[in-house]
Amino acid sequence: MRSLILQTAIRYLVPLQLMFSIYLLLGGHQQPGGGFVGGLIAASAFSIYAIANGVESARRTVRVDPRVLIGTGLAMALVSGLLGLVLDGGFLVSQWGETEYPGVGKLSTPLLFDTGVYTVVIGVVLLVIFSLMEEEQEA
Amino acid sequence: MSLAVISGFAAAPAVPLLYRLAREKTGWIVALLPLSLFIYFASLLGRIADGEIVTAAIDWVPSLDVNLTFRTDGLGLVFALIITGIGTLVFLYGGAYLHGHPYTGRFYTVITLFMASMLGVVLADSIILLFIFWELTSFTSYVLIGFYSEKAAAREAARQALIVTSAGGLFMLAGLVLLSLSAGTWEISEMVGRSGAIQADSRYTAALVLILLGAFTKSAQFPFHFWLPGAMEAPAPVSAYLHSATMVNAGIYLMARLYPALGGTDEWHVLVTAAGAATMLLGGWLAWQKTDLKQILAYSTVSALGIMTFLLGLGTEETITAALMFLLVHALYKGALFMVAGSVDHGTGTREIGDLGGLRRAMPMTAAAAALAALSMAGLPPLLGFTAKELIYEGTLHLHDTDGWIALMTAVALVGNLFNVTAAGLAAIRPFWGKLKSPHAPHEVSVTMWAAPLILGALGLAIGVALTAYEPVLERMVEAVHGEEVHLHLALWHGFTTMLALSGVTILGGLALYVGAPRLRGAVAPLGRASAAIAPSRLYSEAIHGTVDAATAGSRVILTAYLRQYIRVIMITLVAALGYVFATQIEFDNLLHSSGVRIYELIIAGVIIAAALTVTQLNKRLSAAATLGVVGYGVTLIYILYGAPDLAMTQFAIETLTVILFVVVIYRLPKLKQLSSTSARRMDAVLAVVVGVTMTVLTLVVLTVPMESRLSPYFARMSYLAAHGHNVVNVILVDFRGFDTMGEITVLSVAAIGVFALLRLNLNKPKPGEERLPEPMEEEERGR
Repeated sequence: MRSLILQTAIRYLVPLQLMFSIYLLLGGHQQPGGGFVGGLIAASAFSIYAIANGVESARRTVRVDPRVLIGTGLAMALVSGLLGLVLDGGFLVSQWGETEYPGVGKLSTPLLFDTGVYTVVIGVVLLVIFSLMEEEQEA
Repeated sequence: MSLAVISGFAAAPAVPLLYRLAREKTGWIVALLPLSLFIYFASLLGRIADGEIVTAAIDWVPSLDVNLTFRTDGLGLVFALIITGIGTLVFLYGGAYLHGHPYTGRFYTVITLFMASMLGVVLADSIILLFIFWELTSFTSYVLIGFYSEKAAAREAARQALIVTSAGGLFMLAGLVLLSLSAGTWEISEMVGRSGAIQADSRYTAALVLILLGAFTKSAQFPFHFWLPGAMEAPAPVSAYLHSATMVNAGIYLMARLYPALGGTDEWHVLVTAAGAATMLLGGWLAWQKTDLKQILAYSTVSALGIMTFLLGLGTEETITAALMFLLVHALYKGALFMVAGSVDHGTGTREIGDLGGLRRAMPMTAAAAALAALSMAGLPPLLGFTAKELIYEGTLHLHDTDGWIALMTAVALVGNLFNVTAAGLAAIRPFWGKLKSPHAPHEVSVTMWAAPLILGALGLAIGVALTAYEPVLERMVEAVHGEEVHLHLALWHGFTTMLALSGVTILGGLALYVGAPRLRGAVAPLGRASAAIAPSRLYSEAIHGTVDAATAGSRVILTAYLRQYIRVIMITLVAALGYVFATQIEFDNLLHSSGVRIYELIIAGVIIAAALTVTQLNKRLSAAATLGVVGYGVTLIYILYGAPDLAMTQFAIETLTVILFVVVIYRLPKLKQLSSTSARRMDAVLAVVVGVTMTVLTLVVLTVPMESRLSPYFARMSYLAAHGHNVVNVILVDFRGFDTMGEITVLSVAAIGVFALLRLNLNKPKPGEERLPEPMEEEERGR
């Protein structure tokens, strides 16, 4: 189901969606947003890309295997928890940096944790969608 | 000391990475961990021998008084030394034994985890902690028994061992909880002083029986012994480590450790002594009838565990001394012999004793290791086994009881030891002496493979000679169990005593059976066949099959495999439960109190209702899905109107993804057909209306409950102060309730992997290029 209209539109839509998802992730602590919804939006961007251009092309664009994304995301969440344990004596006790960065605010373990959630969500959705689509091709 | 336990758990995940880099040298690097732990524990020897006790504690759940408390006394230290010392040798031996096997990395990961768990069992002072480590050893043992996972027998043996030991573990947990209730503490070191209160408590018998079930299953006591011979499907290093030297001794450890709290009563004597004696005799009786090296060793291990249990059951200072001495002796010689069996298998390609003989010329170093271990097992001076046997007879002869009882107990011990002599001869002497027999030309194994058992055998000799050096350590061990101060006088030579005479009888009797074994084996075979019907292993498999059959029958009734059926059941249950609560507890007076409805709310609600109704009338999947999307987006709008932008955004993204998912699978779905009869559809419509009404009432009821939540204002207030965030929803998710979120993303990941596996599994058609298990190793060809 290749469609020229979809393929062309996607070329402009996907970067916008990804930027928006990162914006939601970074701003999530202060405004509506966060890692979960950000991840969903990024994942749907890649999914639509896969529908328009095929799974293989989508896999190349994502570069990382969804399974690796899942593992990396879980590891990030775990590390953010362990940092609290090591630095402050409690698992997941949040740690905040001093310097303020434009657009991001202060670096912190909750941000790392949320990035972990973001990564896991992308990985989970893409793993399911890509697997289903590959199944579809073989059938 | 906590670090000693934790280091293994921390190191294990890194092992597969290490294996990618170091390949065949992995064993040498990983073995540094048990080696350094061994050195650490050895450095404690002096302090512990002087009567000191080393403790460490980390707060865990202080509110429940459950903490990570570790404690090393004589008993724990000797166990820790056995675990780390034999561990070091097994790690080295394993590398050579598995040489080139693709799962070597996995082997080292799991065996490192096992070592850490086992250390946890023997060093934990909190019984909760002990239980957790206990179950971890069962679990790692399961993985290691099933190491050759391409073999059906290995998988079955692993499952059987896991079911038996973890079922026992659950009984034990119940017993431990009862015990801690009657003792009023979770710490074993504090229970010891409260044996009076514990044993007077009405829950004592129940606690004792339950805890013993745990110990008996773990230490393969009759009638739970059958999993241990099955576990011989594991690679030889695993049998040497888990199933002779360490894990199977966990039950012995637990009985010894809790003896001061639970032991000494009539119930204890009867239960423990009887189980021990039965296990010892049965194991020994079966051992000499086997012809596979590892099976002989396995049944003799069962027998040896029986001896220790028997001695702990008798429970005098002398029998406890004998049990604890025998523990070390047995770990040393049996660990060595299992490695020897693995080496013989490697060098000749078989473990059948009938096909083996005269290997000592081709495998001189392995033969030397086997001989040293066998002599200790048979209890010949000056090896440590001799001293242990003398102590056993001393223990039974000095029981404070009637002469008849003493004679009976001594006779039981004598028969048990006699079988041990025979097994030693069959497993470690026969293959190496006499005429050369081997399926193909035997060759000596690599240095690590003969050095490891040789070191263990030599230790049996060294400690046997240098008894006085070991004496203070053994004294501290016995004190930990018996409670009172102990002074031992270990010596090789006691003069011409009854014990010595009994030793002589044991060895002669054992030799006689050894010589007669090949002929007698045929003679007793009918007995074995006759008793097969009531063998515990048979009862086990019938129980398992019965459970599976019952579950299958039950599933057929409950699981109809129709989604609509499940939804009906769920909805009817929901309505019934809520309806009951409404009918009995809720007053409907001011339910319809309203703060006014805005026009656009009505419009959205109308759209949602219209869309939902339309879905039921459509007969095309695509349009049905799109119309359902309208329902979802309508709900999203309502979220926005009520100031929940995060919720709305998530709902919106989920709706979008659902459509994408649907587009992906639409071509595979069958055409939408009308399958239900008209009457069934009418019933469903009624049900749908009832559910809708119920949920509406529920919502209204929730609104009438006064909102006296302290949480909302708290989170709103603390969000910025404590977590530097204005978005309360996000702050709760990633900070206040971060642990929940972590659990959720883990569940999500597991679910995704499940979907992936289901899609890839595709049982009907194997696809080319699919990852396949490596070809079965030579194990398969050996035959039985």
